[in-house]
Amino acid sequence: MKAVLVLFPGTNRETDMADALRRAGADVVTAWHRDRELPAADLVVLPGGFSHGDYLRCGAMAARAPVMAAIVECAARGVPVLGVCNGFQILIEAGLLPGALLKNAGLRFVCRTVHLRLERRCRLSGYLDVGDIIRVPVAHGDGNYFADPDLARRLEGEDRVVFRYVPDGRGTGNPNGSTGDIAGIINEAGNVLGMMPHPEDATGPRQQSRDALPLFQGIVASLS
Amino acid sequence: MKARVHVTLKDGVLDPQGKAIHRALETLGFAGVRDARQGKVIDLELACADEAGAKEQVDRMCRQLLANTVIEDYTIEFV
Repeated sequence: MKAVLVLFPGTNRETDMADALRRAGADVVTAWHRDRELPAADLVVLPGGFSHGDYLRCGAMAARAPVMAAIVECAARGVPVLGVCNGFQILIEAGLLPGALLKNAGLRFVCRTVHLRLERRCRLSGYLDVGDIIRVPVAHGDGNYFADPDLARRLEGEDRVVFRYVPDGRGTGNPNGSTGDIAGIINEAGNVLGMMPHPEDATGPRQQSRDALPLFQGIVASLS
Repeated sequence: MKARVHVTLKDGVLDPQGKAIHRALETLGFAGVRDARQGKVIDLELACADEAGAKEQVDRMCRQLLANTVIEDYTIEFV
Protein backbone atom coordinates (compact mmCIF):
# COMPACT_ATOMS: atom_id res chain seq x y z
CA MET A 1 0.00 0.00 0.00
CA LYS A 2 1.44 3.34 -1.04
CA ALA A 3 0.60 6.76 0.38
CA VAL A 4 1.62 10.04 -1.23
CA LEU A 5 2.18 13.04 1.03
CA VAL A 6 1.63 16.35 -0.73
CA LEU A 7 4.01 19.07 0.46
CA PHE A 8 3.58 22.82 0.18
CA PRO A 9 6.05 25.54 1.21
CA GLY A 10 5.51 25.67 4.97
CA THR A 11 4.25 22.11 5.45
CA ASN A 12 5.96 20.85 8.62
CA ARG A 13 4.16 17.72 9.81
CA GLU A 14 5.18 15.48 6.93
CA THR A 15 7.79 13.56 8.94
CA ASP A 16 5.32 12.74 11.71
CA MET A 17 2.74 11.68 9.14
CA ALA A 18 5.26 9.53 7.24
CA ASP A 19 6.36 7.88 10.53
CA ALA A 20 2.76 7.05 11.47
CA LEU A 21 1.99 5.60 8.03
CA ARG A 22 5.22 3.56 7.97
CA ARG A 23 4.53 2.30 11.50
CA ALA A 24 1.23 1.00 10.15
CA GLY A 25 3.02 -0.68 7.23
CA ALA A 26 2.61 1.80 4.37
CA ASP A 27 5.15 2.84 1.74
CA VAL A 28 5.38 6.63 1.66
CA VAL A 29 6.32 8.90 -1.23
CA THR A 30 6.04 12.68 -1.52
CA ALA A 31 4.82 15.16 -4.12
CA TRP A 32 5.54 18.89 -4.34
CA HIS A 33 2.96 21.64 -4.73
CA ARG A 34 4.21 22.55 -8.20
CA ASP A 35 3.78 18.98 -9.53
CA ARG A 36 0.97 18.65 -12.03
CA GLU A 37 0.69 14.91 -11.58
CA LEU A 38 0.68 12.69 -8.51
CA PRO A 39 2.53 9.38 -8.37
CA ALA A 40 0.13 6.41 -8.45
CA ALA A 41 -0.92 5.85 -4.83
CA ASP A 42 -3.68 4.25 -2.76
CA LEU A 43 -3.98 7.20 -0.40
CA VAL A 44 -3.34 10.95 -0.73
CA VAL A 45 -2.42 12.82 2.46
CA LEU A 46 -2.14 16.57 3.02
CA PRO A 47 -0.19 16.93 6.29
CA GLY A 48 -0.24 19.89 8.64
CA GLY A 49 1.88 23.00 8.79
CA PHE A 50 1.61 26.62 7.78
CA SER A 51 1.53 26.53 4.00
CA HIS A 52 2.55 29.87 2.48
CA GLY A 53 2.76 31.31 6.00
CA ASP A 54 -1.04 31.21 6.39
CA TYR A 55 -1.11 34.41 4.30
CA LEU A 56 -4.52 35.76 3.27
CA ARG A 57 -6.38 32.81 4.88
CA CYS A 58 -5.05 29.49 6.12
CA GLY A 59 -4.73 27.15 3.16
CA ALA A 60 -5.89 29.76 0.62
CA MET A 61 -2.67 29.88 -1.44
CA ALA A 62 -2.03 26.14 -1.27
CA ALA A 63 -5.57 25.43 -2.48
CA ARG A 64 -4.70 27.25 -5.74
CA ALA A 65 -1.37 25.42 -6.29
CA PRO A 66 -0.76 23.46 -9.51
CA VAL A 67 -0.93 20.10 -7.68
CA MET A 68 -4.52 20.72 -6.54
CA ALA A 69 -6.03 19.80 -9.92
CA ALA A 70 -4.43 16.35 -9.58
CA ILE A 71 -5.77 15.99 -6.02
CA VAL A 72 -9.28 16.99 -7.11
CA GLU A 73 -9.05 14.46 -9.94
CA CYS A 74 -7.90 11.69 -7.53
CA ALA A 75 -10.74 12.51 -5.15
CA ALA A 76 -13.24 12.35 -8.03
CA ARG A 77 -11.90 8.90 -8.97
CA GLY A 78 -12.61 7.74 -5.41
CA VAL A 79 -9.03 7.65 -4.12
CA PRO A 80 -9.09 8.26 -0.34
CA VAL A 81 -7.78 11.71 0.60
CA LEU A 82 -6.88 12.67 4.19
CA GLY A 83 -6.20 16.26 5.23
CA VAL A 84 -4.96 16.98 8.74
CA CYS A 85 -4.86 20.45 10.31
CA ASN A 86 -3.50 22.74 7.58
CA GLY A 87 -4.33 19.89 5.18
CA PHE A 88 -7.98 20.16 6.31
CA GLN A 89 -7.84 23.95 5.78
CA ILE A 90 -6.49 23.38 2.25
CA LEU A 91 -9.22 20.83 1.38
CA ILE A 92 -11.87 23.32 2.54
CA GLU A 93 -10.32 26.22 0.61
CA ALA A 94 -10.17 23.98 -2.47
CA GLY A 95 -13.89 23.24 -2.14
CA LEU A 96 -13.41 19.49 -1.56
CA LEU A 97 -15.07 19.84 1.85
CA PRO A 98 -17.78 22.35 2.87
CA GLY A 99 -17.73 25.08 5.52
CA ALA A 100 -14.83 27.21 6.69
CA LEU A 101 -12.18 27.26 9.40
CA LEU A 102 -12.11 30.44 11.45
CA LYS A 103 -9.80 31.71 14.15
CA ASN A 104 -10.16 29.84 17.43
CA ALA A 105 -12.96 31.37 19.47
CA GLY A 106 -10.50 32.08 22.31
CA LEU A 107 -8.06 33.74 19.84
CA ARG A 108 -5.19 31.67 21.22
CA PHE A 109 -3.15 29.06 19.43
CA VAL A 110 -4.13 25.84 21.21
CA CYS A 111 -1.60 23.05 21.64
CA ARG A 112 -2.81 20.20 23.85
CA THR A 113 -4.31 16.74 23.90
CA VAL A 114 -8.03 16.53 23.16
CA HIS A 115 -10.49 13.65 23.38
CA LEU A 116 -12.15 12.68 20.11
CA ARG A 117 -15.10 10.39 19.62
CA LEU A 118 -15.57 8.47 16.40
CA GLU A 119 -19.13 9.28 15.30
CA ARG A 120 -19.30 7.00 12.27
CA ARG A 121 -17.11 4.51 10.51
CA CYS A 122 -15.75 5.43 7.08
CA ARG A 123 -13.00 4.45 4.67
CA LEU A 124 -10.53 6.50 6.71
CA SER A 125 -11.48 5.48 10.25
CA GLY A 126 -9.40 2.30 10.19
CA TYR A 127 -9.95 -0.13 13.04
CA LEU A 128 -11.71 2.45 15.23
CA ASP A 129 -15.31 1.71 16.20
CA VAL A 130 -18.21 4.13 16.62
CA GLY A 131 -18.10 5.55 20.15
CA ASP A 132 -14.35 4.95 20.59
CA ILE A 133 -12.69 7.89 22.31
CA ILE A 134 -9.07 8.57 21.39
CA ARG A 135 -6.61 11.04 22.89
CA VAL A 136 -4.96 13.05 20.13
CA PRO A 137 -3.10 16.39 20.12
CA VAL A 138 -4.31 19.57 18.46
CA ALA A 139 -1.97 22.41 17.49
CA HIS A 140 -3.72 25.20 15.65
CA GLY A 141 -4.80 28.83 15.75
CA ASP A 142 -7.52 28.59 13.09
CA GLY A 143 -9.41 25.39 13.78
CA ASN A 144 -12.83 26.77 14.59
CA TYR A 145 -14.95 24.82 12.10
CA PHE A 146 -17.78 27.02 10.91
CA ALA A 147 -20.97 25.70 9.34
CA ASP A 148 -24.03 27.92 8.97
CA PRO A 149 -27.26 26.39 10.38
CA ASP A 150 -28.25 24.88 7.00
CA LEU A 151 -24.88 23.23 6.47
CA ALA A 152 -24.71 22.05 10.08
CA ARG A 153 -28.13 20.40 9.71
CA ARG A 154 -27.07 18.80 6.44
CA LEU A 155 -23.80 17.43 7.86
CA GLU A 156 -25.59 15.94 10.85
CA GLY A 157 -28.49 14.64 8.74
CA GLU A 158 -26.13 12.99 6.24
CA ASP A 159 -23.99 11.55 9.04
CA ARG A 160 -20.87 13.29 7.79
CA VAL A 161 -19.34 14.26 11.12
CA VAL A 162 -16.60 11.66 11.65
CA PHE A 163 -14.85 13.05 14.74
CA ARG A 164 -16.25 15.22 17.51
CA TYR A 165 -14.53 16.79 20.54
CA VAL A 166 -15.87 15.32 23.77
CA PRO A 167 -15.36 16.43 27.40
CA ASP A 168 -11.92 15.62 28.73
CA GLY A 169 -12.24 16.95 32.26
CA ARG A 170 -11.62 20.54 31.05
CA GLY A 171 -15.06 21.87 30.24
CA THR A 172 -16.65 20.91 26.93
CA GLY A 173 -13.43 19.54 25.48
CA ASN A 174 -13.89 21.73 22.41
CA PRO A 175 -10.57 23.61 21.99
CA ASN A 176 -11.64 26.13 19.36
CA GLY A 177 -15.40 26.83 19.44
CA SER A 178 -16.25 24.74 16.37
CA THR A 179 -19.89 24.33 15.34
CA GLY A 180 -21.37 21.24 17.02
CA ASP A 181 -17.96 20.34 18.53
CA ILE A 182 -16.98 19.12 15.06
CA ALA A 183 -13.36 18.00 14.73
CA GLY A 184 -13.50 16.16 11.41
CA ILE A 185 -15.90 15.71 8.48
CA ILE A 186 -16.12 13.62 5.35
CA ASN A 187 -17.33 14.52 1.85
CA GLU A 188 -20.55 13.24 0.33
CA ALA A 189 -18.82 10.44 -1.58
CA GLY A 190 -17.16 9.22 1.62
CA ASN A 191 -13.52 9.32 0.46
CA VAL A 192 -12.25 12.77 1.53
CA LEU A 193 -11.73 13.24 5.28
CA GLY A 194 -10.53 16.47 6.88
CA MET A 195 -9.76 16.87 10.57
CA MET A 196 -8.03 19.45 12.77
CA PRO A 197 -6.42 17.13 15.38
CA HIS A 198 -3.21 15.25 14.60
CA PRO A 199 -3.76 11.47 14.75
CA GLU A 200 -0.23 10.93 13.38
CA ASP A 201 1.11 12.30 16.66
CA ALA A 202 -0.69 9.65 18.70
CA THR A 203 0.84 6.54 17.18
CA GLY A 204 4.25 5.88 18.64
CA PRO A 205 6.78 5.95 21.43
CA ARG A 206 7.54 9.29 23.12
CA GLN A 207 4.08 10.54 22.13
CA GLN A 208 1.42 11.10 24.75
CA SER A 209 -0.86 8.38 23.44
CA ARG A 210 -0.89 5.65 20.80
CA ASP A 211 -4.66 5.73 20.50
CA ALA A 212 -4.63 6.58 16.81
CA LEU A 213 -2.36 3.73 15.71
CA PRO A 214 -5.39 1.47 14.95
CA LEU A 215 -6.69 4.21 12.68
CA PHE A 216 -3.57 4.06 10.49
CA GLN A 217 -3.25 0.27 10.75
CA GLY A 218 -6.86 -0.17 9.61
CA ILE A 219 -6.48 2.31 6.74
CA VAL A 220 -3.31 0.61 5.52
CA ALA A 221 -4.84 -2.88 5.84
CA SER A 222 -7.98 -1.88 3.93
CA LEU A 223 -5.95 -0.38 1.07
CA SER A 224 -3.35 -3.15 0.80
CA MET B 1 -5.63 52.07 -12.25
CA LYS B 2 -5.82 51.25 -8.59
CA ALA B 3 -8.46 49.04 -7.05
CA ARG B 4 -9.14 48.67 -3.36
CA VAL B 5 -10.84 45.48 -2.19
CA HIS B 6 -12.51 45.37 1.21
CA VAL B 7 -13.07 41.91 2.65
CA THR B 8 -15.33 41.59 5.69
CA LEU B 9 -16.85 38.70 7.58
CA LYS B 10 -20.51 38.07 6.78
CA ASP B 11 -23.11 38.87 9.41
CA GLY B 12 -23.58 35.92 11.71
CA VAL B 13 -19.98 34.71 11.40
CA LEU B 14 -18.24 34.92 14.75
CA ASP B 15 -15.39 37.45 14.72
CA PRO B 16 -13.24 36.85 17.82
CA GLN B 17 -10.74 39.53 16.73
CA GLY B 18 -13.52 42.09 16.42
CA LYS B 19 -14.74 41.08 19.88
CA ALA B 20 -11.24 41.51 21.34
CA ILE B 21 -10.98 44.97 19.74
CA HIS B 22 -14.40 45.87 21.15
CA ARG B 23 -13.34 44.83 24.67
CA ALA B 24 -10.05 46.71 24.40
CA LEU B 25 -11.88 49.88 23.33
CA GLU B 26 -14.15 49.55 26.37
CA THR B 27 -11.11 49.02 28.60
CA LEU B 28 -9.71 52.30 27.24
CA GLY B 29 -12.91 54.02 28.28
CA PHE B 30 -14.55 54.39 24.86
CA ALA B 31 -18.17 53.87 25.83
CA GLY B 32 -20.98 53.50 23.31
CA VAL B 33 -19.26 51.14 20.87
CA ARG B 34 -22.00 48.63 20.08
CA ASP B 35 -19.89 46.21 18.08
CA ALA B 36 -16.56 45.93 16.26
CA ARG B 37 -15.82 43.77 13.23
CA GLN B 38 -12.42 43.38 11.67
CA GLY B 39 -11.80 42.99 7.94
CA LYS B 40 -8.96 43.45 5.48
CA VAL B 41 -8.06 45.80 2.69
CA ILE B 42 -6.18 44.67 -0.41
CA ASP B 43 -4.84 47.30 -2.81
CA LEU B 44 -4.24 46.25 -6.38
CA GLU B 45 -2.40 48.18 -9.05
CA LEU B 46 -3.85 47.19 -12.41
CA ALA B 47 -2.44 47.56 -15.91
CA CYS B 48 -5.97 47.72 -17.27
CA ALA B 49 -7.28 51.27 -17.96
CA ASP B 50 -10.91 50.51 -18.63
CA GLU B 51 -12.98 50.51 -15.42
CA ALA B 52 -15.69 48.08 -16.56
CA GLY B 53 -13.09 45.51 -17.64
CA ALA B 54 -11.10 46.05 -14.45
CA LYS B 55 -14.19 45.64 -12.31
CA GLU B 56 -15.02 42.32 -13.97
CA GLN B 57 -11.42 41.14 -13.53
CA VAL B 58 -11.19 42.13 -9.85
CA ASP B 59 -14.56 40.55 -9.18
CA ARG B 60 -13.21 37.24 -10.50
CA MET B 61 -10.08 37.67 -8.35
CA CYS B 62 -12.28 38.13 -5.30
CA ARG B 63 -14.37 35.05 -6.00
CA GLN B 64 -11.37 32.85 -6.84
CA LEU B 65 -8.90 33.92 -4.18
CA LEU B 66 -9.20 37.20 -2.30
CA ALA B 67 -12.41 36.39 -0.40
CA ASN B 68 -13.82 33.14 0.90
CA THR B 69 -17.43 33.72 -0.01
CA VAL B 70 -18.59 31.06 2.46
CA ILE B 71 -17.77 33.41 5.32
CA GLU B 72 -16.76 36.73 3.75
CA ASP B 73 -18.30 39.56 1.72
CA TYR B 74 -16.26 41.87 -0.47
CA THR B 75 -16.59 45.28 -2.07
CA ILE B 76 -14.47 46.77 -4.84
CA GLU B 77 -13.63 50.43 -5.12
CA PHE B 78 -11.47 52.23 -7.71
CA VAL B 79 -9.17 54.87 -6.29
